Order: sequence, then C-alpha cells, then structure tokens
Amino acid sequence: MADVNRGARPLSPHLTIYRPQINSAMSIFHRITGVGLTLGFLLGVWWFLGLAGRPERFRIVDDFLTGWFGGLILILSMVALWYHFFNGIRHLINDAGYFLEREDVQNTSIAVLAGTGLMAVITLVVALTGG
Amino acid sequence: MDFRTDRQRVQGLGSAKEGTGHWWSQRLTSIALIPLTLLFIFPFARALGGDFEAVRALYGNPFHAIVAILFIIATAIHLQQGLQVVIEDYVHSKAVLPAALIASAALCWALGLTGVFAVAKIAFAA
Repeated sequence: MADVNRGARPLSPHLTIYRPQINSAMSIFHRITGVGLTLGFLLGVWWFLGLAGRPERFRIVDDFLTGWFGGLILILSMVALWYHFFNGIRHLINDAGYFLEREDVQNTSIAVLAGTGLMAVITLVVALTGG
Repeated sequence: MDFRTDRQRVQGLGSAKEGTGHWWSQRLTSIALIPLTLLFIFPFARALGGDFEAVRALYGNPFHAIVAILFIIATAIHLQQGLQVVIEDYVHSKAVLPAALIASAALCWALGLTGVFAVAKIAFAA
C-alpha cells in the first residue's frame, strides 16, 4: 500500500532545533571552505597565467593579488586551505575508523583549529618575508 | 490520485550504483593533496609579490614546476568531486541540477587545464 503521508514526514536531523555542536560546525565549515576555495584556485591559476605572459602582465596580476583587496581574499583562502587540509585529514582518519568517540571528535576538532592557526601564521610569515 | 503502481513511482529514484567509486576517488585525491599542498604552498607564498625574473626562475625549476602541475591537477579533480557532492545535496530542481553539475565540472576542467598550460609554458621556456 502506498504511503499516504508522503512528503509530510519529518526529516532528520532537525537542524532548526538542533543545539550547535562542534562536529556539525566542523562539517559545515569543511563544505564552506571547500566551496570558497574555488575562488582561491581561480586566483592562483590567474596568477600563473600572468606569470606565463609578459612582465607587465604579471605585474598587474601580482600587484592586485598582493594589494589590500586581492591580498585579503588570498589570506582568507590560505586560512580556508589549512582548515580544509587539517579537517580533511581528520575525516580520512575517521573514515579509517579511528577517533569516533565523542571526546575524540572534540579533541581532534580542537587540534584541527590549532593546526590551522599555526600553519596560517607560518604561511603568512613566509609570504611577507618572501619576494 | 496517482494511478501509477508503487514500483513505477520509485523506479529510477534509487542509488546509481556508483557512489562508492566516487567516494573512493575523492579519498585518493585527498591523500594526494596532503604532500602536494605542503610542497606547493610555501614556495608559492614566497613567490607572491616577487620579481618577475626571479619567480620565472623558480617555476622554471623542474621540481617546482612538476609539484605545481600535480597540485593543480589534483586540486581540479578534487574540486570537481567536492562541488558535485555539494550540488547533489542542495540542488533539487531537475532542471538546475544537471546544469549546475555541468557548469561546475566545466569550470574545474577549464581552471585545471589553464593552470597546467601556464606552468608548462613557464617551465618549457626556462
């Protein structure tokens, strides 16, 4: 017999009445950073295309990407990249079946945030002391 | 009133029987990107804002050129796979879904191959 309540059934999880948790927040940010990094990838490819051309062309692209606006986008992309990098490793470890207990999830999430902060600072220092 | 049988109603709405392959392929590009990101990001960060000739010399080096090309290829594939999953999760319109999938795949391939072309041109000119 066909389901008479089709389409009106409650769907899980009930996001609107869910208390925010670190694991759901980490998962949502993984997607946001992943989608957002499309822009960072596009800008990186644009930079290489500029580098493949004439010096004047490169200067225009490079000046934009190291200016306040382009620089801000690149710094945000860089932080997003490290977050996605460390959280991706956490997901791979979870996929292998490890660190799935509640305390483990919280501790590894904090480790992801710490790693992101550390590598973001290191990368920024490398970028600013470079050419 | 729906005159279709229960079977007709659900046919074609199930698994496409290829989810595992996509999932596994996404893990492979993830794993590849761990060393590639570490090798790519610091020379790139250092090169930004650099002198044209110096940066050309950096990516004229075969090691840095190959790392950049591998990073760009793995990123393009991983980005296409990731965008596909996100689009499949959130886009429910049967008209918009294929258009969004095609557009995102086209963008990823275009960016990836443009990036590979640019780095190869730099490396071969060195």
